[in-house]
Amino acid sequence: MVDLSIDCGGIKSPNPFWLASAPPSNSAYQNCKAFEQGWGGTVWKTIGEPVMNVCNRYGGLDLNGDKIVGLNNIELISDRPIEVNLKEIAETKKLWPDRAVVVSLMVESKKETWHDIVKRTIDTGADGIELNYGCPHGMSERGMGAAVGQVPDYCKMITEWVTEVSTIPVLVKLTPNVTDIRYPARAAKVANASGISLINTINSIIGVDIDTLKIQPTVAGKSSHGGFAGPAVKPIALHMISQVASDPEVKLPISGIGGISTWRDAVEFILLGSTSVQLCTAVMHYGFRIINDLVEGLTNWMESKGFTSIEDFRGKAIEQIEDFGNFNLLHKTVARIDQSKCIHCNLCHIACEDGAHQCIDLIPVNGHNKTEVREEDCVGCCLCSLVCPVEGCISMVRVDDETKSKTWNELIKDFEKQGKPLTWENLAEFQKEHGIVIH
Amino acid sequence: MNIADKLTDEQYKENFKEITPPFSRNAAINEANRCLFCYDSPCTKACPTHIDIPTFIKKIATENIIGSAKTILSSNWAALTCAKACPVEILCEGSCVYVEKGEKAIEIGRLQRYAIDNYFESGTPKLFTPKKKNGKSVGIVGSGPAGLACAAELALIGYDVQIYESKETPGGLDTWGIAPYKTIQADSLKEVELVKSFGVKIQTGIRVGDDITIDELLKKHNSIFIGIGLGESGKLRIPGENLKGVVDALEFIEEVKKEKYKTVDVGKNVAIIGAGNTAIDAATEAKRLGAEKVMIIYRRTAEEMPANSFEYRLAKNDGIIFHFLTSPVEFIGKKNIESIKCIKVELGKKDESGRRRPVPVKNSEFEIPVDMVIYALGQLANSDFLKTIPGLKVNNGCVIVNEETYQTNNPKVFAGGDCINGGKEVVNAAYDGKRAADGIDKYLNKIN
Repeated sequence: MVDLSIDCGGIKSPNPFWLASAPPSNSAYQNCKAFEQGWGGTVWKTIGEPVMNVCNRYGGLDLNGDKIVGLNNIELISDRPIEVNLKEIAETKKLWPDRAVVVSLMVESKKETWHDIVKRTIDTGADGIELNYGCPHGMSERGMGAAVGQVPDYCKMITEWVTEVSTIPVLVKLTPNVTDIRYPARAAKVANASGISLINTINSIIGVDIDTLKIQPTVAGKSSHGGFAGPAVKPIALHMISQVASDPEVKLPISGIGGISTWRDAVEFILLGSTSVQLCTAVMHYGFRIINDLVEGLTNWMESKGFTSIEDFRGKAIEQIEDFGNFNLLHKTVARIDQSKCIHCNLCHIACEDGAHQCIDLIPVNGHNKTEVREEDCVGCCLCSLVCPVEGCISMVRVDDETKSKTWNELIKDFEKQGKPLTWENLAEFQKEHGIVIH
Repeated sequence: MNIADKLTDEQYKENFKEITPPFSRNAAINEANRCLFCYDSPCTKACPTHIDIPTFIKKIATENIIGSAKTILSSNWAALTCAKACPVEILCEGSCVYVEKGEKAIEIGRLQRYAIDNYFESGTPKLFTPKKKNGKSVGIVGSGPAGLACAAELALIGYDVQIYESKETPGGLDTWGIAPYKTIQADSLKEVELVKSFGVKIQTGIRVGDDITIDELLKKHNSIFIGIGLGESGKLRIPGENLKGVVDALEFIEEVKKEKYKTVDVGKNVAIIGAGNTAIDAATEAKRLGAEKVMIIYRRTAEEMPANSFEYRLAKNDGIIFHFLTSPVEFIGKKNIESIKCIKVELGKKDESGRRRPVPVKNSEFEIPVDMVIYALGQLANSDFLKTIPGLKVNNGCVIVNEETYQTNNPKVFAGGDCINGGKEVVNAAYDGKRAADGIDKYLNKIN
């Protein structure tokens, strides 16, 4: 029997799927509707300073006919008063005691203001607080949001103001608009945060309408950068999560965010260390109803893998993360084409010929061209297998004898021991010794 | 003739509406994005004019529609007609790699139509500029797809080109011979106008051989291209062929093509003799005009039938009845056709066409009551005219040409299209015309 329940830094929910602090979690109506449909938790859309929104607010990135592979927004935090939100939060929590209700906060950088909002939030019965240090637009210009998240010292200071009065768990939401996300994450740790949420949206301009020459979205002819989210940001989010998950100085529970649309995405985030996962763009595109497949797909996958709890596989992929210098240089794979599956689109040929190492030949056979890999020249880059439109047609096959290993770091040490400098000639000698031919 | 009841205007409109509707912008872009952009693509090889299909499709995906149209037209001047009327199932789409993958082929025909429709709708911006006149002149007999393609190519490289067309409206079979639910006359005429925009002159209503002799043409022009297509339909030579209500398929199709459906009389019970693509066109058109019962009478079986599978399905969907292994022996009637006396046949040994020869079954005669008979036995060559061209060699009704240059045995005369192949697709004719233009140019450069 699979148990999807989680405990993310002291915040418990029956499944790991939370609504991210965003338009879908704006009101009691929406959050209650989401809970009815099975969502495990919500991070209430950030409440705080008085704001006014503008229109339009969103820009969609479409790719080859697919709508919204990315979404950018210039919407601000909740544009409803704090009192209204707190009242709805209390009502929602009362109706849904088993779900995680986390409240996202953002107020001006004054200790008293933070103390006040934290206490009032606790009074609602909420399960936790998330500090919005990520909002990249509108609020950052006023010294909030990303303006805090981008400076580890501010991040630490404000988090301390919150944790010193909070009786409920505090998550710090991090902005990806930094050069190294581990620094604000470490600051959160030092300031006694219960966990971290990442990533917030990425600074972006979604595009320029080439008919009207207007930047999107356009606000009466003016535009600005916004926050980029949706499926396109997933690889960036995965990387940043892996960074904080593998950092010995962070060691905090993670609520993973960034382009999660399906249970498959969620599994990847959990494998890299997330405990809960937060979704927004997919809900904005398709509605709360996607929770059905999220829960069912995750459950079925866990059953098929023999996992009974999220903890069974959480972080299981992190141990593979390694420095480039520790990779085995003698590991050798080549591309093999299954001719029975080949449909002769010859995309592998042209990709290899123009974009890689010129090792896939076209041999005329019965009116079409047969693709043939010259294995001795294949560098095992795998580009051909990526462009191939037929599943299982091109596979990368290991061809070394699997007994030898030499990493770059070991090689450099060997050179040092032998008194050899790192030169192309010395490198060539090593390559020759191991039958490695460079083209 | 027992004429079928006329339909309402709405019914005609519904019956003759396009069977393949155009793509919307979004649908076209989505379909274009589905294309794998194969390298060395089999669809391009399968197209008789070798249009660079992946390139024009990717240009649709990026909404470079004018560029897409240019890619298409650079290979095929009958681009709109071909997009709508080509048997894509057995050409480009049939060879799409998706088919091998067990998935739906890219809708290449419809995408081509999308690009070309857009090109014409955007006011036919200038994509091709004729070179400076080279002082040489070429006369072209026939303004069908072969003649137009030849004319376009020659005009662009500096020739003075004059087309002679016997009909009042140019375009050949593209204008007159394709069922209106595939293409309408306006489609073909857009292609004609495009070719005319390169400076090609088209004289209509002039029949070479009657109104002007071939000798005059040979004197007037440095070279001649013959793109006259074929002549009237073949006949069975059985009694009763002159009865009222026995008509030639091409004439019938021409009448329908005028899109004045109410004026075209069709019998209540119609029999089509023959089972090629023209026979199917005639049958489905008769049905769509209101005929109650339309039969195709063919002496072989569905397997030997020249009509392709797409056409066969179309006819079946229209409720056309197929009398296979049936051969007409006599048309019966006083003044009007009243019935066809047929005999059952069996298939014997293969004949020279590779198809099994039909052998009559003794005492199997039977009568089919009909009000109209449409002949679609394949067109015959225009032999009388071809005989007037000095030195022309003709085999089995087809003009003999050099496969590379399309030059006939008379070095000044080139030919292409149905008159050299006995009747193929528009796309073949378009290719012939283009290649022949190259042959003519090389020939005229060599002799000067």
